Amino acid sequence: MKTKLQNNIAITVIRIIAALVVLILAFLLGDILISGVPHISWHFLTAPSQSFTSGGGIGVQLFNSIYLLILTLIISFPISLGAGIFLSEYAPKNFFTATVRMAIEVLSSLPSVVVGLFGFLLFVVQMDMGFSILSGAIALTFFNLPLLTRNIEESLRSVPDLQREAGLALGLSKWKTVTKIILPEALPGIITGVVLGAGRVFGEAAALIYTAGQSATNINFGNWNPFNSTSPLNLMRPAETLAVHIWKINSEGVMPDAAAVSAGSSAVLIIAVLIFNFSARLIGNRLYRKLTATK
Amino acid sequence: MDPIKNKIQSTSKETRQDIIGKILSYSCIALIVIVVLSIFAFVASKGLATFIVNKASISDFLFGTNWNPIATDKAGNPLLGALPMITGSFGVTILAVIFAAPFAIGTALYMTEVASKKGEKLLQSVIELLVGIPSVVYGFIGLSVVVPFVRIHFGGSGYGILSGAFVLFVMVLPTVTSMTVDSLRAVPRYYKEASLALGATKWQTIYKVLLRSATSGILTAIIFGMARAFGEALAVQMVIGNAAIMPKGLLAPASTLTSVLTMGIGNTVMGTVGNNALWSLALMLLLMSLIFNIIVRFIGRKGRM
Repeated sequence: MKTKLQNNIAITVIRIIAALVVLILAFLLGDILISGVPHISWHFLTAPSQSFTSGGGIGVQLFNSIYLLILTLIISFPISLGAGIFLSEYAPKNFFTATVRMAIEVLSSLPSVVVGLFGFLLFVVQMDMGFSILSGAIALTFFNLPLLTRNIEESLRSVPDLQREAGLALGLSKWKTVTKIILPEALPGIITGVVLGAGRVFGEAAALIYTAGQSATNINFGNWNPFNSTSPLNLMRPAETLAVHIWKINSEGVMPDAAAVSAGSSAVLIIAVLIFNFSARLIGNRLYRKLTATK
Repeated sequence: MDPIKNKIQSTSKETRQDIIGKILSYSCIALIVIVVLSIFAFVASKGLATFIVNKASISDFLFGTNWNPIATDKAGNPLLGALPMITGSFGVTILAVIFAAPFAIGTALYMTEVASKKGEKLLQSVIELLVGIPSVVYGFIGLSVVVPFVRIHFGGSGYGILSGAFVLFVMVLPTVTSMTVDSLRAVPRYYKEASLALGATKWQTIYKVLLRSATSGILTAIIFGMARAFGEALAVQMVIGNAAIMPKGLLAPASTLTSVLTMGIGNTVMGTVGNNALWSLALMLLLMSLIFNIIVRFIGRKGRM
């Protein structure tokens, strides 16, 4: 009977632990949303931020976050696509491949603050680009590359070899087989990975503090010429993102409503991440159904 | 010229396509390797300058307890003792992992052994969402919930290693859990079936068979969690109090390698001793992440035998 009792106690403890983890998440989400959502209004989402007075919004920061995310994806997707294709299709089994894999693993485990400092050193200081959206996007690319590469490699690998053999047997080149047959079939997995990665990039701050900068310059939403310094599209302007904004007002903010602004911003950030998470699953499932004709 | 001979001997359209494809994918991978190498080269060259250009001694840096790069001691050497930060970093990391490991293993066991399909799916989403929450949001919650909680229930100002560890606990929990789940799933099915067939209870099977054969995987998961905790910057920086002095306990303000870096780089001038010393801290972070990687590889190799 003793072992039975032990068994029951242990299983109950395991259940309690799992329940606690669920409670922690529920508490986190509840806390952020309850304290933050009341501050969200159209004014909050669109107005420029204030440094010394209350009533500031997060309009510029929100735009910067989205713009930076798009730029990062534009830079990092092609590179990681090429790298993923190499690892799953071309990589020979030798020392070089092993080194490459290790390099990617190391890159993915580097602290993001170190990646940001490297971006600071190389782009902001050495290349004299200053705190700019472009430096930030490249730093985020370094941060995003290993995850995206691994995701693309795994998605490509999960396509059965039969497809590759069929393509080659039809006289297609290996490259055409990969791009026209394997890649479309792996697409749902890849898209899911890209969207999940986008959520991570959207919330990243440590890599951006010293690359994209901590100041949101006034931008003029009527001017879309990318070479004008007040244009929202300008690549060389400093751009504080939403995540950096939260960090900054919490460590050195002096506006009277700092707590409210950071609660509201956190809620916006969380809602964005939730949207990314759910849409990743939704898009992945839908694409899979469309491309494979399964229900 | 014979047209047929010509056609056979020249490279075909397909071969040319393949060459282009190879060049493209090789250059992408080369780019990634170059990025990794240059990160190491740049940070190392900056970080070593403290010791080569500014002539600071490595042992003073590692074991000195006085961090004040602007001031110099009687011999004229800058005060660059990084031990307070090193202690802080290891303190929060180890404490966070001690908190997180039982929770992670328990949750992983629930997901693989106890839960129904529905419960497993729920926990899976919970873990994914926990990963997705940005670190500044964790920091903000730390500031608005954990710090007051620690202040009221444990005393002190609330800023300190304990608060940092609480925040990191939640941050590393999903990493450790999902990797533990993977390693528990990798245990061959027949191990479990054999144990159950011998009349062992579920708990005996978990304790005597599953956990033992998944040990190396679980250790890897914990090391990965440590690596993540060690490198986390903003969330810790917001709650730890940022005092570059030897921590006097878990409740006193302290600092970590990452927190000093994030606060300091913007306030020092490139090329000065203070700035170089910060780069030495960055180099330490880099080396630590490399060491964590090597440990993981080592455990993996041992586990396979």
